[in-house]
Order: sequence, then structure tokens, then C-alpha cells
Amino acid sequence: MRFILLILTLTTANPLFAADGKLIATPGISQIEGAGGGGFVPWAQLAGYGSRDEIAANVFCSTANVDDYELDVCGAQATFYDRVEFSVAKQKFDVEALNLDIKQQIFGVKVRLYGDLVYSRLPQISLGIQHKKLDDPTVAYLLGADDDSGTDVYLAASKLHLGAIAGYNWLWNITARSTEANQTGLLGFGNAQRGNQREIVLEASTAILFGRHLALGVEYRQKPDNLGLKEDDWSNVFVAWFPNKAISVTAAWLDLGEIAGSKDQKGTYFSVTGYF
Amino acid sequence: MRNKLFYPAFIILIMLSACASTPETTLYEKLGGQSGIENIVDNLVQEIGQDEQIFHYFAQARVSRFRENLIEHFCHIADGPCQYTGDSMVDIHTGMQVNEKDFNHLVDLLINAMDRAGIPHRIQNQLLARLAPLRKDIIYL
Repeated sequence: MRFILLILTLTTANPLFAADGKLIATPGISQIEGAGGGGFVPWAQLAGYGSRDEIAANVFCSTANVDDYELDVCGAQATFYDRVEFSVAKQKFDVEALNLDIKQQIFGVKVRLYGDLVYSRLPQISLGIQHKKLDDPTVAYLLGADDDSGTDVYLAASKLHLGAIAGYNWLWNITARSTEANQTGLLGFGNAQRGNQREIVLEASTAILFGRHLALGVEYRQKPDNLGLKEDDWSNVFVAWFPNKAISVTAAWLDLGEIAGSKDQKGTYFSVTGYF
Repeated sequence: MRNKLFYPAFIILIMLSACASTPETTLYEKLGGQSGIENIVDNLVQEIGQDEQIFHYFAQARVSRFRENLIEHFCHIADGPCQYTGDSMVDIHTGMQVNEKDFNHLVDLLINAMDRAGIPHRIQNQLLARLAPLRKDIIYL
């Protein structure tokens, strides 16, 4: 929460944001692993407002609070000429029952392969990777994970359809991710007994933009279940507000299902991204 | 793998999409006909005239001719009773080296112009949807 306030202060105090070459709200926000996207899902859009002639940099913090856990993430992206996005994120996962934090670092790269979210006839397509490493693998190994680091590879397609739904702009994104991660890596990677557990999961987001500044949408993220802990798919319903091209504020209602033996994890999500 | 929240929300979004308005009237009429389009274009010309970033592209243009052509073009593209008689987008923009940043900025100015003309958001998007495919005939030529 401290960091969220810091971003708010930074962006409101600094009127010179460098990149503004995209339509407001169209780059989306920052997902929990640091990539430009929705809240859960990395999108094909590269983070920030940089066009093919600009460099963009963004910072974000998010916090998700469900019944028995809390996840705090802060990170940043740098996007070069709307072609390549570099991202970094630090996650702190608070396991309230055990009174301990699990920390994970994620480095990401995303490359735009084709298209433009708004202007090309076909969707924008991007390919990305996310390399994740746990600070301390104790919990992951206790639960039977094979590794304390792993790399996700994903292919994402996004399209904004102007005026498509009763005159409102409609956005959708579909992402296919190859992953070994347990609960996005917070509980390690793979299964020590079963070896390589890499599989492809699907993730999707869709939103309607009610006006230039407000988006209302849903996300779904399929998850593997390598540890036999009934890892559930994730979903959220979100509302994102883009008052200008310097900042966005997002709130969401989360349904994360069962996490490591705790059933029905529901709660709230709050996120701020500052765009420079 | 069951998830209770997602499906109701998804169904609501799908239902919203079914409310898409039936096109009884043309976009031209929704924009306020000839006077509505003239109003938008006049506002846009004013926006461009005050804009430091992209004014230089228009510095050599004759304002009255640009205005007439743009009104005709918008009227035509919005299914109004006009035939666009100006040059093709490619011919007009070849050699101008319009980059993506400046093109997208012009779209922001057009949105301002439509806001000032009182065009509702949902009608604005319909005009933008028809103009969007032209971008490839305008930038980096």
C-alpha cells in the first residue's frame, strides 16, 4: 500500500510523461508477474503508451488480499519502440497461517510479432517469456516441488474492436502459456516425484470500455496442478480507471479457488500503474 | 478447476454484446448530418492549428481545401450523400513521413473535436472504427 501511494504521488507530481502515442486505456495495466496486461494475464499489448517511435517506462504495485493469503507485487516495465518489453517484478506472498512470506523475482521479455491492437485488421500477436526464481524454496520443496526456478513461455493475441458492442470499444485477449509453475511459481516448479510437468494452459481476458477512461472486464487463468493440491483456475472481475495517460487505478474481485489446502480463496485486488 | 465467478460475469458481457444497436439510421445522420460533420471538422482544424506536435504537417496545406476535403471524406465514409473527390490517402501522405506517434495524436485531437461537437462516445467510436483501417495508407509513407 505504501508503494501504491508512492506511485500516485510520483505520477501526479510529474506532469511530463514521455510516451503518449497510443489511445488512452488501450495498453492495459500490469499483471502480477510484471508484464503489460490485465491483472492476471499477460496481453499482446506491450506495456505503456509508447508507439513505434517512442520508449516507454512504467512502474506498478498491486496487492491481492484473499481469505488466507496476501500477495504484494511491485515492478516496472521498459518498452522500446512498441517492439520489445522488458519487465521485472518482485512478489511477496504472505501465508497468514504459517506467519511467513514467500518471495519471488520475475524477469520478463515480450516481443510484438505482428499487428496493432487497434489498427490492424487481425489481432496483435506477441511472444513472451517470464523467468521466475524463489528467494527461499523451503515451502516449495516441503510441498513436493521439483525446482525453485522456472521459465514460462507464452503467446498472446489481443484485439480492440472500436465501437463493437453497442458502440462501446471491446477488448479481448487470449494467451497460451507453457509452464511448470505451481501457483505461478510461489509454490515452486514441477513435481519432485513426477519430473517434468510442463504443460500448456490458456488464459483469457475481455473488457468493455465505457467511455475513454473506464474499463469493465473479466479474466480467467487456467492453472496446472502439479503438486496434487487441487490447484484451481483463477478468475477476476475488474474495473480499471484511466484518468489520463500517466496513471491507471484498478480494483478487482478475485476468485482463486483452493490454494495449498485452503479452500475458496476469494478477495480483492487493487493496483496502480504509473506511465512515463 | 471449477470457478463460480467467471461464468456469470462472462454471460453478462455476452448479453451486453447482444444489445448492439440496429443500424436504422446512417452514421452520417447520427453524427448530425452535414452541419454535424462540419462542426467536427471545424473543431479539428482548430485543434490542429493550436497543436505544437503535428501542426508542421499541415503548415503547407490550404486550410479551406483541407476542410472541404475532410468534410466530404467523413460524409462519404459515414454513408452520407457525398462522393469523396479528393486524392487518395496514399497520394496525399506520400513523402510526409507521418509516424505512428503523430498519427495516434491526431486521433486524440479528433476525439477532442468530437467531444467539443457533443458527439456521444458510442457514435464517436463508430466513426473511428471506419477511419482506423486507413492508417496503413497514411503512416510511414
